[in-house]
Parts: sequence; C-alpha cells; structure tokens
Amino acid sequence: MSDWPLWEVFVRSKGGLSHRHVGSVHAPDPEIALRHARDTYTRRMEGVSLWVVPSAQITASDPGEDAAMFDPAADKVYRHPTFYTIPDGVKHI
Amino acid sequence: MASTPPIDLPSGVTGAGAFDTPAPGEGGALFEYLLRLGDDALVLGQRLGEWCGHAPSVEVDLSLANFALDLIGQATLFLNYAGEVEGKGRDGDKLAFHRDVLDFRNCLLVEQPNGDFAQTMARQFLFSAWQRRLFDHLAGSADATIAAIAAKAAKEVAYHEELAAEWVIRLGDGTGESRRRMIDGLDWMARFVPELFEADDLLRFLAEKGIAADPIAFRADYEAAVARVLAEAGLEPPPAQRPILGGRRGHHSEHLGHLLCAMQFLPRTYPEALW
Repeated sequence: MSDWPLWEVFVRSKGGLSHRHVGSVHAPDPEIALRHARDTYTRRMEGVSLWVVPSAQITASDPGEDAAMFDPAADKVYRHPTFYTIPDGVKHI
Repeated sequence: MASTPPIDLPSGVTGAGAFDTPAPGEGGALFEYLLRLGDDALVLGQRLGEWCGHAPSVEVDLSLANFALDLIGQATLFLNYAGEVEGKGRDGDKLAFHRDVLDFRNCLLVEQPNGDFAQTMARQFLFSAWQRRLFDHLAGSADATIAAIAAKAAKEVAYHEELAAEWVIRLGDGTGESRRRMIDGLDWMARFVPELFEADDLLRFLAEKGIAADPIAFRADYEAAVARVLAEAGLEPPPAQRPILGGRRGHHSEHLGHLLCAMQFLPRTYPEALW
C-alpha cells in the first residue's frame, strides 16, 4: 500500500554470521513488516533470523559529500595491517 | 465466536441426495477421508491463487501466493496417497483435474469466494485455526503417511493462522471501513464453520481406528482461539446463523463449479499437455 512505511530487511543466513541487508518491504507496523520480510526474502531457505528497521530511522551519508567522506582514505595504505610478517604456524588471520 | 449447537441429523437421515456416491465400504473410507483432507487444501490453494497479481501490495501478493503453494503441496501429498489407497491407477493430478464437482469432498468454507481482502482473511483465519488443530492431532494418526504429512504441514499452517489472525486484528481494529469489511467477511464465513466439526459415520469409524481425528476433541480450543482474536480485534462474535453443511457429501455451493472450470480447463482440454 502506498501509505505504508518502508522497512529495511536484514537476514542472518546461518548461525554465527552477521545479519546482512537484503532489501526492503512496505508494511503498516513492525509485526507485519517481519511477516512480509519472511514471505519476501526467506522463502527459499535464505535465513534463520530476521531484523526489520524503519527506513526512516537510517541516517545515510550524503552522496554529494563522497569526496570528503571517502577519498582521504584512498592513499593511506599504512592503515592496512599488511606490513607484518605472519609466522608460518598462524592460520586464519 | 458463539458456540454453535452440535449437528444431529434425525435418525435414518444420512444427508445423502440422489447424486451422492454410494456410502463407501471399509476399504473406501480411508480414500474418502483423504479426499476430504486433500480437497480442502486444493480448493483453498486455488482460491488464494486467484489473488496473484491483485493483492493490496506486492508483499501481500507474495504472502497469499506462499499460502497457496503450501496448500497445493499438502493437496498433492494427500491426493497422491488417496490414489495409492484407491488402487485404480489415479494419481493426485488425475484426482485434482479429472473429477467432477459432485465428487469433491472439501468443506464449503474453502470454496467461498475471495470477496475483498478482509473476506479472504476472515476465511483464512477461520480455516487455518481449524486445520492447524486438525493437523496437530493427525500428526499422531495410526496411519503413518497421514501422520507424516500432517506433521510437516502443521508448521506451514501455524504460520497461516498467525498471519491471518494479525490481519483480522488489524482490519477489525483499524479504520471504520476496514472494520465494516472484516465484520462482513466474518458474517459471510461463520455459517460454514459448524461443518468443520461435523462428525459423520465415516469420520467416527476412522477416528475409532486412530486414523482420523474427531474434531470435537479440539472444538473448545478452536472456539477459544477465535474468541481471543476477535476480542483483540474489538469485534463481536458473528451472530449465530443456520449452519450450512454438505460439502463432505458433494453438496457444494455454486462457487465450486466456477472454480473448477478455471482450474481444470487446461488439463481437460489438453490431457497430455506437458510444460
């Protein structure tokens, strides 16, 4: 319905993984939003847990300020911890 | 919902009309019972499918289509098993698409027209609340196949009942218009509820063997669940109406024939069609 608010949907695909944004649904309230999220995004066994968040509650960065927000990080390679020697016995780092 | 009086037919009256199939013998009883279970799911699944592309929102469209697919899945399992029990080489498709209206054994509630969204949700809630309790009981059936189908389907139907209840509450407790529509929808559907609790000879026979579930066992629980949801929706129980019975014997409302016309047209016109 055009007058229903929008909700952002997050799905945890399996235990141990984080919830991940998958899309949005319209619904009149949080309970129905969860049902709609279930029926829209988990009908093929995609998830074991669902979050819905009112889209209006999300504060987003301004695409017009991309340069100031993100460009300064581009030439700071020293922020990546890639200059250490990893001992041979260490896995999964 | 006001509790309705038990249905007692005068002795000697079986409710059989001239066009009824003969009463089944012992071997046919299980087949008949499976038709009831399968046809309930098939007809309601087809009804819900009519909403496809017409629901109030794309999300609701998906919810209704999911319900329909769950129900058609149940129908497939029950009708395939019915064909096996019958032993005449008919499978679920044959029973679904090549049977005439008088041979359908679904309850009258599921064949009622969709009407508006409120009427559809009123029907869904009243039926799913019953079907969920039925399947909970059938999960302990002495017939292993029925028990397995019911155990799987009970989870699907629990979700149907919950979502339908949410909508009964929201529409009943919503705007003046949504409330009026939900009251009208419940008024339409309520007279078909007593049939869900009708226990005829066939049902009693199979219930004694532990195969079927006698719905009397969960009638009080059903009525309490319906009353809870109506109270939360701020709705009065629908006024008592004369119960309408007969679906289990093939006495259907005019609506079923039209539904079957749409559902059966293709396989009857092109019997060998594949896709």
